[in-house]
Amino acid sequence: MGKVRNWLAFGLSGLGLVALLAGCGSNPPPAASGAKSAQAAGPVQTIQNKGSDTLVNLALAWAERYMQLHPDVRISVTGGGSGTGIAGLINGTLDIANASRALTKEEIAAAKANGITPVEHSVARDAIAVVVNPGNPVQGLTLQQISDIYTGKITNWREVGGEDRPIVRLSRESNSGTYTYFLENVVRQGKKSNLVFSPDTLLMPSSQGISSEIAMNRNAIGYDGLGYVTPDQKTLGVAKAAGSPYVQPLVETVNDGTYPVSRPLFMYTAGEPTGQIKDYISWLISDGQKIVRDLGFVPLQ
Amino acid sequence: MLLSIAALVVVVPILVVIATIVVRGLAAISWEFLFGMPRDGMKAGGIFPAIVGTILLVLGTAVAAIPIGVGGAIYLSEYARDNAFTRSIRLAIVNLAGIPSVVYGLFGLGMFVLFLRFGTSILAGALTLAIMTLPIVISTSEEALLSVPTEFRTVSASLGGTRWQGISRIVLPQALPGIITGVILGLLRAAGETAPILFTVAAFYLPRLPRSVFDQTMALPYHLYVISTQVPGMPLSIQYGTALVLLVLVLSLNLTATLIRSYYRRRRQW
Amino acid sequence: MNQSQRKGLSEFFLESLVRIAGFSTVGFVILIFLYLLQQGVPAFVRVSPANLFGKSWYPTLNSFGTLPLILGSILVTLTAMIIAVPLGVATAVFVREIAPNWAREILKPMIEVLAGIPSVLLGFFGMLLLSPVIYRLGAPTGLTAFTGALLLAYMSLPTIISVAEDALDAVPKSYRDAGLAMGATQWQTVWRVVVPAARSGIITAIMLGLGRAIGETMAVMMVTGNAARMPLTPNSLFSPARTMTATIAAEMGEVARGSTHYHVLFGIAIILFVLTFLINLTAAQSLFQKRRKGGLR
Repeated sequence: MGKVRNWLAFGLSGLGLVALLAGCGSNPPPAASGAKSAQAAGPVQTIQNKGSDTLVNLALAWAERYMQLHPDVRISVTGGGSGTGIAGLINGTLDIANASRALTKEEIAAAKANGITPVEHSVARDAIAVVVNPGNPVQGLTLQQISDIYTGKITNWREVGGEDRPIVRLSRESNSGTYTYFLENVVRQGKKSNLVFSPDTLLMPSSQGISSEIAMNRNAIGYDGLGYVTPDQKTLGVAKAAGSPYVQPLVETVNDGTYPVSRPLFMYTAGEPTGQIKDYISWLISDGQKIVRDLGFVPLQ
Repeated sequence: MLLSIAALVVVVPILVVIATIVVRGLAAISWEFLFGMPRDGMKAGGIFPAIVGTILLVLGTAVAAIPIGVGGAIYLSEYARDNAFTRSIRLAIVNLAGIPSVVYGLFGLGMFVLFLRFGTSILAGALTLAIMTLPIVISTSEEALLSVPTEFRTVSASLGGTRWQGISRIVLPQALPGIITGVILGLLRAAGETAPILFTVAAFYLPRLPRSVFDQTMALPYHLYVISTQVPGMPLSIQYGTALVLLVLVLSLNLTATLIRSYYRRRRQW
Repeated sequence: MNQSQRKGLSEFFLESLVRIAGFSTVGFVILIFLYLLQQGVPAFVRVSPANLFGKSWYPTLNSFGTLPLILGSILVTLTAMIIAVPLGVATAVFVREIAPNWAREILKPMIEVLAGIPSVLLGFFGMLLLSPVIYRLGAPTGLTAFTGALLLAYMSLPTIISVAEDALDAVPKSYRDAGLAMGATQWQTVWRVVVPAARSGIITAIMLGLGRAIGETMAVMMVTGNAARMPLTPNSLFSPARTMTATIAAEMGEVARGSTHYHVLFGIAIILFVLTFLINLTAAQSLFQKRRKGGLR
């Protein structure tokens, strides 16, 4: 008798679980979790803005300022990396995806397969600074040297004119648009190749990790958006090739094209934006540009 | 004595950690910090949404985990016989206790956020945390129930009470302090966990309080992780302040559990 | 239905409820495992074993070599155990057998406090205060496998200590009395009689601590540097490493659902689940020998 009851209970709990799942699964997803239609002008809706960690501070500043000017609008900003934002756009779980790189062909195809046509908006520009500890005597590097350092070919600072110290390479995580951009444009120098970051490269969870390690560690080298360079880091001049001048990353050198490592920053929407989202994006590419410089980025020209 | 060195090596760093966080974090604590909203990219203002979020998650976990946990414990201590089925339950409990927290996060993501379509929400987060807390609640509750001497049950039966009457009116109340202690210890684990809520509920920046169980929310452990690793220029005082709030929350739950346990141990009738 | 029949029915009903509650634990374990399998198996189908068990982890470039991650977890966990086991067993022996009452009253709550400290809090402390120390001691960077192992050791200590303590507790008083009666000192009695008698329980304690250490996520993610390198040389201990748990936590948020990367992360979760399952299975066998007091049977 006991055995039968045990099997019964076993089966019952299993059935119960399945019934629960089946029952709940058929409920339509509640409004708060999905992407919202921007047409509703009535009740307060939250614009879900997610993606690039490079953009996140700028997006936050824009959101804060915009919400001050328009108290009826709510904007939620999250980081997670360009890859996260784009994945969210493809899955239809957010309104605006922040990306510090352009969509790949595969991502565009995946979005279309889900019935979403991504629309690209250029919202600001960014210089990628190469940073070291202020105590590091090295002043500048060529693109080739930076590439060799990051692929592991160069392992000691004295090989590039510095002290006899091991080089500790810092990078963003692989889901970061900055990582992808750096890989393609600096490590691979814009050419198709199989070069990758050395496995010794420390993948820091975000810019803050890079900043604090650089500030403390004389062996370290890192890269990140100009907006994330804090006063306790030193930016290196970057030369396009041996013999070219070393150029520091500044708004001016990005605008006149002499700094070799700069890129546009994007926001993607599902289809052409309408309603509140449209107003927001229009604002940030016009009036919103005033605060771009304050955060260390380069405004659109 | 050699062994006392071992004990010191264990205990002294704990004190160092606590002292450091208290000393460096105290400066940030203010009314605004505890009850205000984050401002200026979270570099100023308060962490109220994170505190509220954690409290809501803990409550949700309690609501989900207590009935199943205590119920399961009652079954194990009062009804289950020593057979293969019971052993399978015990094995399951040990295993649930050992599953890495990030695996719970994955499961929560797949089951509650995606499959059941709750979305990243307090509901999903609380349910995930509840399954994670279940083994602690069951084990400690069972221990509490078992520690009630057999005589209590036999006397109840001899007076004509049914099994369930004996349990609900006699055994359970006697075991209650132990059960409550266990629940609090489980909840304090839930309050501090980050990995399970990473994908199921946590919001990076959501400067308003959650409005329903289907809402996202900020939470203390995730907030500490974010502000210490993801936000450049975050003042150290705010980081230590947040760490301090989390520490105080966890320590006070710990203290409450300990106090309940020692108080009732002294008052016990057996 | 008369009163006694009604009572019988409600008894049955309530008993079934708690029975279901009990078996739900089994249900959950099975459910979690099945779900992991469902999401992880496509990885084994889509990615060749040579790739999956290769040495290069570059998931955004379709290189899914998990070996550096597995070895990274093993390195950090093993080092943590080497630190934690002697410390933990010694502390358990001290608290249970040797410490005076006043010391016990302080130590036991302190260990419980340690048990309650969240992973992220310890990771925060490690990141800001421990890793600079490791750097100044001469490592190229303070974010190393060793730093992670140190934090992990402290996270596993409460588990090891409390289970070991229980094991020592279970050794009957008669053993100790016998030892002393034969003229042994307390020290000799403890180390040659009591501890060996508690051996299986202590091993259980170690296994449970090991299980806890492998599964740790946040603390290691914040201090090990997260570099997916193969830890094959002796200086790997003071070099950065990347664990399986940190990889899942760091990368899961990014992946598009259904992509190969997504499935591989679940595959790694399966490896973690199986590892902890086996460890807990072994530990569980000895745990069940513990005799229980009370109960109605």
